[in-house]
Amino acid sequence: MSGWVLRRALQAAVTFLVALAILFVLMRAAPGDPLLRLGGDRPISPKEIAVLRARYGLDQPVGRQLTAFLQGLVHGDLGVSIEYGRPVTALLAERLPATLLLGGSVLLLNFTVGLWLGVRQAVRRGRREDRWLTTLSLAGYAMPSFWLGLVLAWLVGIHWRLLPAAGMQDPLLSSHAGWGTRAVDVLSHLVLPVLTLSVVSIAATMRHQRSAMLEVLRLPYILTARAKGLPERDITWRHAWRNALFPVITLFGLWLPILVTGSVFVEAVFAWPGLGSLAAGAVGNRDYPLLMGTSLLVAALVVASGFATDVAYALLDPRVRLA
Amino acid sequence: MRPVLDALAAAWHHPQGRIGAFILLIVAVTAIVGPWLLPDPLSQPDILIGSTPPGLGHPFGTDQLNRDILSRVVTGARVSLGVALLAVALSMTLGAAVGLVSGYLGGVVDAVLMRLVDGALAIPRLFILLLVLAVWERVPVLALILLIGATGWFATSRIVRAEVLRLREEAYVRAAEALGARRRRIIFRHLLPNVVGPLLVTATLAVGDVILLEAGLSFLGLGIQPPMPSWGGMILESKEVLVSAPWAGIFPGLAIVITVLSANLFGDALRDAVDPRSA
Repeated sequence: MSGWVLRRALQAAVTFLVALAILFVLMRAAPGDPLLRLGGDRPISPKEIAVLRARYGLDQPVGRQLTAFLQGLVHGDLGVSIEYGRPVTALLAERLPATLLLGGSVLLLNFTVGLWLGVRQAVRRGRREDRWLTTLSLAGYAMPSFWLGLVLAWLVGIHWRLLPAAGMQDPLLSSHAGWGTRAVDVLSHLVLPVLTLSVVSIAATMRHQRSAMLEVLRLPYILTARAKGLPERDITWRHAWRNALFPVITLFGLWLPILVTGSVFVEAVFAWPGLGSLAAGAVGNRDYPLLMGTSLLVAALVVASGFATDVAYALLDPRVRLA
Repeated sequence: MRPVLDALAAAWHHPQGRIGAFILLIVAVTAIVGPWLLPDPLSQPDILIGSTPPGLGHPFGTDQLNRDILSRVVTGARVSLGVALLAVALSMTLGAAVGLVSGYLGGVVDAVLMRLVDGALAIPRLFILLLVLAVWERVPVLALILLIGATGWFATSRIVRAEVLRLREEAYVRAAEALGARRRRIIFRHLLPNVVGPLLVTATLAVGDVILLEAGLSFLGLGIQPPMPSWGGMILESKEVLVSAPWAGIFPGLAIVITVLSANLFGDALRDAVDPRSA
């Protein structure tokens, strides 16, 4: 087992290094000069360009740039954001908790409602309910998250005034408010972004759970359970679901990129102070160091979650290690 | 081509598949013919009138420049579908090429290509595109198509490779090798036709993904540039009039949902036809 984990860890490290190299090449090989954009509407003089080049180390040979980049990375230095004038690492650390709160809530909803619906679909395979649930979840998947977010913000937030449609906290909330009031405040701000992200991502969970469940329901031991006359509900949840849950764990690794991508739009629409809105803002301001830092962090998260899911899966299902 | 036709026929007999294909056809025909029949949205902007709600003259209403939203949505369909089809065609070609080469040759080539694919898959596609596209003041449409296409083949190459690894051991491939067939002949005559089925499924599902991706990029201001109408760009512009003219954003969004949903319904039906275990 430990040998297997080690091999898989090595693989994850290689994957991350390759992703790092790709990001570096993208930054340097992109057509045009990012610095030309820094002046906004004002043209930048060649002299300013030269100064900027020296400041960002762009006058050095590519090899040296790469070493400098890697050295910085090892020391947790991802450069300085152009817009905020502060270290990128500090900004990322500041914004990460809000994104984790958002992503965690979406995950929770997906892995309860999504799994339950997926199991229901498998049990009623091919019937009307199954087909409708598939179509409905696919309709959610087909929605651009920013559009659904805007529609919900308009309808629920502005038209009906039911829930706040922007930010994470009420800026007018008294600083003396107790933690209970604060928690309710944050939760009420959380509802619309979480709902938006869940609607656009729940189809993947449902589909995986459905097909995993169908695989299991085909097996002979289910037939045995039926032959023994067990109630259908026990067969579904106690016999079949227990074995159909493992494959869904792998979904977590696949699913993170979807979540991160969605949160760029959803956070931008709801002004949620997380990594997604940071990245969306960096695009608008052409803040390359910040965009690069966010991409790096996301790549690291994707690789790490892929590794973690594989290990979890191997722990739960020994057959994987033998394969 | 026989298996492809069979899959298409099976998907057509699938209730959801038929609905999807039918709506896609309608959208495609509207995108091709529509712009000639509807008023040119660029011709008469009138800032003084501003946006008007949906009504008789303008079934979807008009936007803040008093441009007819229906015409813009229809012209936007041309743009969105055009970008999606071309980009997906490029992705599938690249994915098939890499998958076939990697799977059939194996060894070092395979190892290097697949490590590259692993690394590329670790960076969500949106972030790759953001990094590259943010350089441009105005993104050229051709560049957008090429870049979306060039970033969409990683997962496809893995699917094709897995299929090739399986096929490589089949008796007929072994027989062809024993008869002295060249690599090129084996790849094109024996392997490619057998991966076309999974490739078709991937391509159909990719169309929906690319429409969403392009809309997202346009929403961030990095995709199709105004005044060319695109669904994502229209939603971006509607943000400013969210309260006073919500219809300006609702209709282009609905167009996206309907088109992407149809493509995915059809893709699902195709998948069931190609791989019956998933049904």
